[in-house]
Amino acid sequence: MNESWLLFKRSLSDFWRIFRRNRMGMTGAVLVLAAVMVAVIAPALSPYTPATVIRDEAGRGLTFAPPSVHGPLGTDDAGRDVWTQLVYGARISLTVGFMAGFIAMFVGSLLGILAGYFGGWLDNLLMRVTDVLLVIPDLPLMLVLVATLRQMELKVSPLTVLILVIGLLYWTSTARLVRSQVLSIKERQFVARARAIGAGHFHIIRKHILPQIMPLIVANTVLILSTAILIESGLAFLGLGDPTQPSWGTMLNFAFDRNAISNGAWWFYLPPGLAIVWVSLGCVLLGNVLEEMLNPRLMGHHLEGEARVVKTEAGRG
Amino acid sequence: MPDSPLLIVENLVKHFPLNSSLLDLLLRREPDVVRAVDGVSFSLARGEVLAIVGESGCGKTTIARTLIGLEEETDGTILFGGQRIGTHERRLRAGLIPLEAGAVGTREQQTLPRMSLKHLRQHAQMIFQDPYESLNPRATIFEIVAEPLVVHGLLRKREERIARVKSALEDAGLRPAEDYFLRYPHELSGGQRQRVVIAGAMVLEPELLIADEPVSMLDVSIRAEILNLLKELQKKRGVGIVFITHDLGTVAYFADRLAVMYLGRIVESGPTAEVLRNPQHPYTKALLSVVPVPNPRLRRERIILQGETPNPLNLPGGCRFHPRCPVAVAACKQSDPAYIRVAEGHETACLLVQPA
Ligand SMILES: Nc1ncnc2c1ncn2[C@@H]1O[C@H](COP(=O)(O)OP(=O)(O)OP(=O)(O)O)[C@@H](O)[C@H]1O
Ligand SMILES: [Mg+2]
Repeated sequence: MNESWLLFKRSLSDFWRIFRRNRMGMTGAVLVLAAVMVAVIAPALSPYTPATVIRDEAGRGLTFAPPSVHGPLGTDDAGRDVWTQLVYGARISLTVGFMAGFIAMFVGSLLGILAGYFGGWLDNLLMRVTDVLLVIPDLPLMLVLVATLRQMELKVSPLTVLILVIGLLYWTSTARLVRSQVLSIKERQFVARARAIGAGHFHIIRKHILPQIMPLIVANTVLILSTAILIESGLAFLGLGDPTQPSWGTMLNFAFDRNAISNGAWWFYLPPGLAIVWVSLGCVLLGNVLEEMLNPRLMGHHLEGEARVVKTEAGRG
Repeated sequence: MPDSPLLIVENLVKHFPLNSSLLDLLLRREPDVVRAVDGVSFSLARGEVLAIVGESGCGKTTIARTLIGLEEETDGTILFGGQRIGTHERRLRAGLIPLEAGAVGTREQQTLPRMSLKHLRQHAQMIFQDPYESLNPRATIFEIVAEPLVVHGLLRKREERIARVKSALEDAGLRPAEDYFLRYPHELSGGQRQRVVIAGAMVLEPELLIADEPVSMLDVSIRAEILNLLKELQKKRGVGIVFITHDLGTVAYFADRLAVMYLGRIVESGPTAEVLRNPQHPYTKALLSVVPVPNPRLRRERIILQGETPNPLNLPGGCRFHPRCPVAVAACKQSDPAYIRVAEGHETACLLVQPA
């Protein structure tokens, strides 16, 4: 409908008016968007591919060439251009991080909504599962899972395995957050009114519960993205990445394997490390600001109007 | 059945079990219950306004929620337009309770045609107490008022829907309606919100409206407006209203009949004018004595009730009003009074009242 589009635009511009003034949030957004841009236009940023070996006049591979000798970031142990690997690596890191993050967000929100709304045995079961998953340390568990799945010679790419393992193990915090929100929203009077009108569960969830928790889910997703990217880097650093499609974590893994540190080749290991920090810092800044701005405790209340005004004032100050 | 009552409630009971402790389970004790509604009967003719009056916690909201199916009744019969409704009925049908065990309603009533909750909710609507809480903050006024149509799949054509929402909003006094379509609840005042709630309730042209203290959260200055609006709709549409309030002051002008509740029971009921003129039950008298009366000649001596409202968890034996009753006698501690007919349609449950 035309009207709903107009309303959407209106709430978006309302949001932007406040967000724009928030320095932390803007910084985060710029960091994340810059990384995404680099990933998208990677081929335009470098004349080489990540696998191209740079050679000197004599035709020998230019190994561990410092930035002063070649390109903006020098070469690695095999004479490949580090800058090229970095910009192409953004594609892998961000893809894995984003896909895993979205899977985690989707699974977590769905299970959180079902558990919170319907309660009963479903709720019990889900909460016990999240308890167990919360207690087991993430990284070792994922390590074991990814390694095992790799051994099984499944007909899926190593990156898909990585995405699925991270995505399907990382939904618990989202599920808990969403569940607790749903528990309080479903007791509110407008939900009782919807039931009294004759609305079914699906209608109530879609029209009354989801719109209230959507902002929370968005903010949480951005935070989850940073964790997913960090975990991907961790697993790849430990050698579980796809060597044919190196992410930033894989680059770090190579760098440590090939003694970049003892060779003093800082241009090999520093850039991917900083890139990881760059993106996850961006996500955390953005996510925290979104969470604060879209906090359901401030929203959906009859003081909503006032709360917004207060926020705007605070944003100015 | 044009002249049969729209709504008949017989011996409605709603108990809320408290969480039973492990000890209760071990000792196989019955869990404690809050007897929020404890055997309430009344009926409502088509187009009639029945006011249910009582102090806070006497079970008014619980009756409303049970009528609309938001709570499952513990026992009792609810007939809407001659058809049985209520969730107890569903359990009966599922064979979870043998027919006789209900011990309410005649055999004939128990075999009456049944109405689904969804069907009921198309013909009966509820107005909630708090207009600040009963509207989804993220839905537009249009979406809110059109929601019953969407839920019941009525008026699927866009133009028809818009026309119906527009007329519902205008009937509720929000003019021009188009100005409100795309606004959100937080942009409206409390009175305007309650008008939106009323528009949403009337959009399906229901036969029964259950209004749970529709003005108690509103500013005094706009209460009269909202009450006038309800009265007007009731006259124009012939909708029957169960009007719940704790304010006897508004009742005289609004309701055809009056039921006074105390701790989950109706203690006195009858035509409004009759009950107000000739109250029989000591509780009704006490309530009436503290209502401000404009005419000083009609002013009565104030009766201030002693003591606290007993906890519906732990009801006193005998007449449940006796601990606070200014005229209680020894017999009141012993027996729970039955209803006594005082005049045409006027009944009360008090041992000290002589039948007409
Ligand atoms: N879900 C519930 N669980 C347990 N007890 C309840 C529940 N709902 C209501 N009660 C109890 O039932 C009694 C009647 O409550 P109800 O809300 O119907 O009163 P009310 O007459 O509407 O009061 P008010 O004028 O304050 O709205 C109260 O003692 C209340 O504590
Ligand atoms: Mg109430």
